[in-house]
Amino acid sequence: MLNHMIHVPVSILCFTANFLLIREIHVANVASTGFCQPPTSAGGQQHESHGDLRSLSSSLFIIILHFLYEIMAVHGPVVKIHPVVLASIVDSYERRNEGATRVIGTLLGTTDKHSVEVTNCFSVPHNESEDEVAVDMEFAKNMYELHKKVSPSEVIIGWYATGYDITEHSVLIHEYYSREAPNPIHLTVDTALQSNKMNIRAYVSSQMGVPGKTVGVMFTPLTVKYVYYDTERIGVELLQRTRASPSRTNGLTTDLAQVASAAGRVQEMLTTVLSYIEDILSGKVMADNSVGRFLMDLVNKVPKITAEDFESMLNSNINDLLMVTYLANLTQAQIALNEKLVVL
Amino acid sequence: MAVLSTDRLIFSLSDNLEIEACTYKYSPESRLKHMGKHKPGINICLRSSDNQWSVVLKIIKHYQEEGQGSEVVQGVLLGLVVEDRLEITNCFPFPQHTEDDVDFDEVQYQMEMMRSLRHVNIDHLHVGWYQSTYYGSFVSRALLDSQFSYQHAIEESVVLIYDPIKTAQGSLCLKAYRLTPKLMEICKEKDFSPEGLKKACIGYEHMFEEVPIVIKNSHLINVLLLDLQEKSTVADKHELLNLSSSNHLEKSLQLLMDRMDDMSQDIGKYNTYCRNLSKQQQQKQQYLQRRQQENAQRQSRGEPPLPEEDISKMFKPPQAPARMDTLLIAGQINNYCQNIKEFTSQNLGKLFMAEALQGHNS
Repeated sequence: MLNHMIHVPVSILCFTANFLLIREIHVANVASTGFCQPPTSAGGQQHESHGDLRSLSSSLFIIILHFLYEIMAVHGPVVKIHPVVLASIVDSYERRNEGATRVIGTLLGTTDKHSVEVTNCFSVPHNESEDEVAVDMEFAKNMYELHKKVSPSEVIIGWYATGYDITEHSVLIHEYYSREAPNPIHLTVDTALQSNKMNIRAYVSSQMGVPGKTVGVMFTPLTVKYVYYDTERIGVELLQRTRASPSRTNGLTTDLAQVASAAGRVQEMLTTVLSYIEDILSGKVMADNSVGRFLMDLVNKVPKITAEDFESMLNSNINDLLMVTYLANLTQAQIALNEKLVVL
Repeated sequence: MAVLSTDRLIFSLSDNLEIEACTYKYSPESRLKHMGKHKPGINICLRSSDNQWSVVLKIIKHYQEEGQGSEVVQGVLLGLVVEDRLEITNCFPFPQHTEDDVDFDEVQYQMEMMRSLRHVNIDHLHVGWYQSTYYGSFVSRALLDSQFSYQHAIEESVVLIYDPIKTAQGSLCLKAYRLTPKLMEICKEKDFSPEGLKKACIGYEHMFEEVPIVIKNSHLINVLLLDLQEKSTVADKHELLNLSSSNHLEKSLQLLMDRMDDMSQDIGKYNTYCRNLSKQQQQKQQYLQRRQQENAQRQSRGEPPLPEEDISKMFKPPQAPARMDTLLIAGQINNYCQNIKEFTSQNLGKLFMAEALQGHNS
């Protein structure tokens, strides 16, 4: 956030300059490629001459778009994504057909007034070549019906594509999806890791251009947030921990080991806090009042109970647990005995 | 809650990519052709060069959205068998049971799903199924039947049990079970009498064998995880260190008590059966003795002995109660006890931690 704040004044100039540039490029682009119509044969000849212009303009367009993504305030709904969606997208990307550079699919979820929550997705087979794109609509419809049987509250809210750019084909596909859902979301997941990160972005389309003459479509970016159910978060945490060894992780650590590792994590956090405090005391770091207040909260959270009360509470709890353990063991012995007696 | 019952079992043969719905009359040869001859898998790997993390997340999500309360959510696991590992690469959920047209829908749904998934290069071979559980109570007749039919058709199939309540307490609880070969034989013969079980010498601990699970991630997923870690601002909630345990303990103990009641009823029935049997034996003995005495008397008097009557017709042995339920109940109780013990040991640890924390203060 801070970074963004700093960049804003510097970049407003660039922004306004680029805005003019965008308009010009868009007009040229629209004229040469026809965003909303597939290239006709008459325009085929134009393709040759405008080829360079088109590639230049599209690359510029992309650059500007990504630049805008960093600084622009976002209109439109907030997109909340569950990690299961991303996992499925990566999975379908890894399973794509030979020769396909990217994968597309439908996003399912729920919409709200101000946000769109993406909870599920499935991939749709499609073929993409230089001038045309074919998407298996039938398949998409079928899958949606099947998914609806399981979770009837999910609706189509958009579509996703892997890859860095938004191509002209995307526009066509987006058009198809706007027939299925009002104001569909387009999600891109950069699996080619072009900027050393997996950029996950969401867009919503809006009309732009010169009304009456050539109209185009612009994809405006949206904020993306990650939402987890509690249990999802625990699942994700487990996997984060095993990121170190990319091969194995056991889902089942023994009971006490889990508590031990959780305690270990708390201990780590405490050591970090302690070292920070020591730094402040020795003057290396400036003391921050807000952090200090948090620390005071932390220390006061340990409840102040008189020693005897605490002792008695602790003992009664321990006794409960021990009794339950004893009963459980007794039960197990009992059924084992029963088993043997029957067999006699 | 009828689960996937035997006559709705579906599996697919890979070579011709056919999908067949079949009942018990399946063709073992064709299945073998695909699977090849190999030893049954003893190790499950939620594998990923293809990502299995998605399976875990999908199961979690399915429960979260559809199965609140004590309802059970189920679904199908898809994957491959590779050497001695069972790799699960995908899954899809089953719709909840509605009142209308359940049978037709289920079969149709499964077939459609698998056909569609085939189109996008997802492994569409059935390798098992998953189910959510409520406080660990999944050892039931329905589960046994379903797992038996699955395992009958596909040798390596497993059932993944997902415990959402335990997971919500701090750590993912996902276990995979298969039926032991002994139990498979017994189910095949359907001989649940005491003699049958005695012959197979099967105990409640030998009903299910747990298969260790391993989760593998691809590198792309690691990148994704890195990204998520940076961007997601959800703070750790540390539920694992929560001290309030009484709720969970109460419910577990309640369930345990219910099972024990069932168990004691069952034992009572068995006892009455034994008693009846022994009484009958006694009666038989007495009858035979009386017969012999009479015969001796008659002989002494010179009359022909009474004809031998068919004793077995007179004293019909009482019906031996089926022992399968007992076995299941015992298994369930065992499971509950295990869970309770795990839970209490964790809690003891946490209590000692709290003591240490308090000790510093005072």
